[in-house]
Amino acid sequence: MKKKGDKSLPPISTASLPDVIFMILFFFMVSTTMRDQEVKVKAKLPDATEVQKLEKKSLVSYIYIGPPVESQQKQWGTAPRIQLNDSFRSTQDILEFVASERDKLNESDRAAMTICLKADENTRMGIVTDVKQELRRANALKISYAASKSLGYK
Amino acid sequence: MPINKRKVQEINAGSMADIAFLLLIFFLVATTMNVDTGLSRILPAMPDENQKQKDMDIKERNLMPVFVNTFDQIMVGREPIDITQLTEKVKEFILNPTDDPNLPEKEDTQIDMPDGSKWVYPVSKGIVSLKNDRGTSYKAYIMVQNELTRAFNEVRDQVARAKFGVEFADLPEDQRAVVQKAVPLKISEAEPRNVGGK
Repeated sequence: MKKKGDKSLPPISTASLPDVIFMILFFFMVSTTMRDQEVKVKAKLPDATEVQKLEKKSLVSYIYIGPPVESQQKQWGTAPRIQLNDSFRSTQDILEFVASERDKLNESDRAAMTICLKADENTRMGIVTDVKQELRRANALKISYAASKSLGYK
Repeated sequence: MPINKRKVQEINAGSMADIAFLLLIFFLVATTMNVDTGLSRILPAMPDENQKQKDMDIKERNLMPVFVNTFDQIMVGREPIDITQLTEKVKEFILNPTDDPNLPEKEDTQIDMPDGSKWVYPVSKGIVSLKNDRGTSYKAYIMVQNELTRAFNEVRDQVARAKFGVEFADLPEDQRAVVQKAVPLKISEAEPRNVGGK
């Protein structure tokens, strides 16, 4: 009979575990971007097939339009609202918002500033048109209608 | 003098993995990965308020009015159509393959090629004019915008294949600019009537 393993297996070395985890960490640090603001509106984006990727996230500012999320409904109701930065605003504030967003950018980048409109698919165009008019007034002409990529309509 | 002969104790690295895990979890929570996609558009500049607004003269054959009403129904010209027909309609409008006198005229334009030569292409003068009601849903509006973009993209693909032998998306930057000049994205959004009029 063979000698029963009086030498038990050495434990697996975990010395390289931190390195593995750090590698995953670096992967996430590189491939993701910081969540910069809390979204307070429900914005289910419409579907589209011809969407393009938004390049250079640092040049993009977001305007959310949609009904407030449930936790906010007590205070703000269910009618669609405009969210700029972290709070609900009205269309008159867009001018100021665009100006402050533009100030944050380098002078050379200012012409490339893009406004991304994230509107809920069930909002009416009235409010979107108002926002667009304000953006024209603020001379922020590059816009992008956020839409999620779909393969086609049913 | 007594010399401390004890070796400096090694730092225990056993908790390194835990620290790394904590950092990892922090980044997982605090960041987003999704890439934003959307339909890009350039808004027209606001007309000068002091300047009297002048209506542009555009021949009727060069204009394709698309109207989306409160019930998300689509009308092109004077006839209501279905969203599925829109792309073909717009493509026919841009290309005007039979030189129909009711469809837009074309103007031979010289386009500079990246290799220095010139290319003469009949650029369509057609403009798609999109109008919507304040009650139109955003979903329908994006669907129409999407169909319009699709029509332009398909025409660009066609031109790119005829000229360069590859699809528009696979072209290098400079050749893409040429095709963009040959098939400009001309979607005009009508000045909303009831904004600022109050």
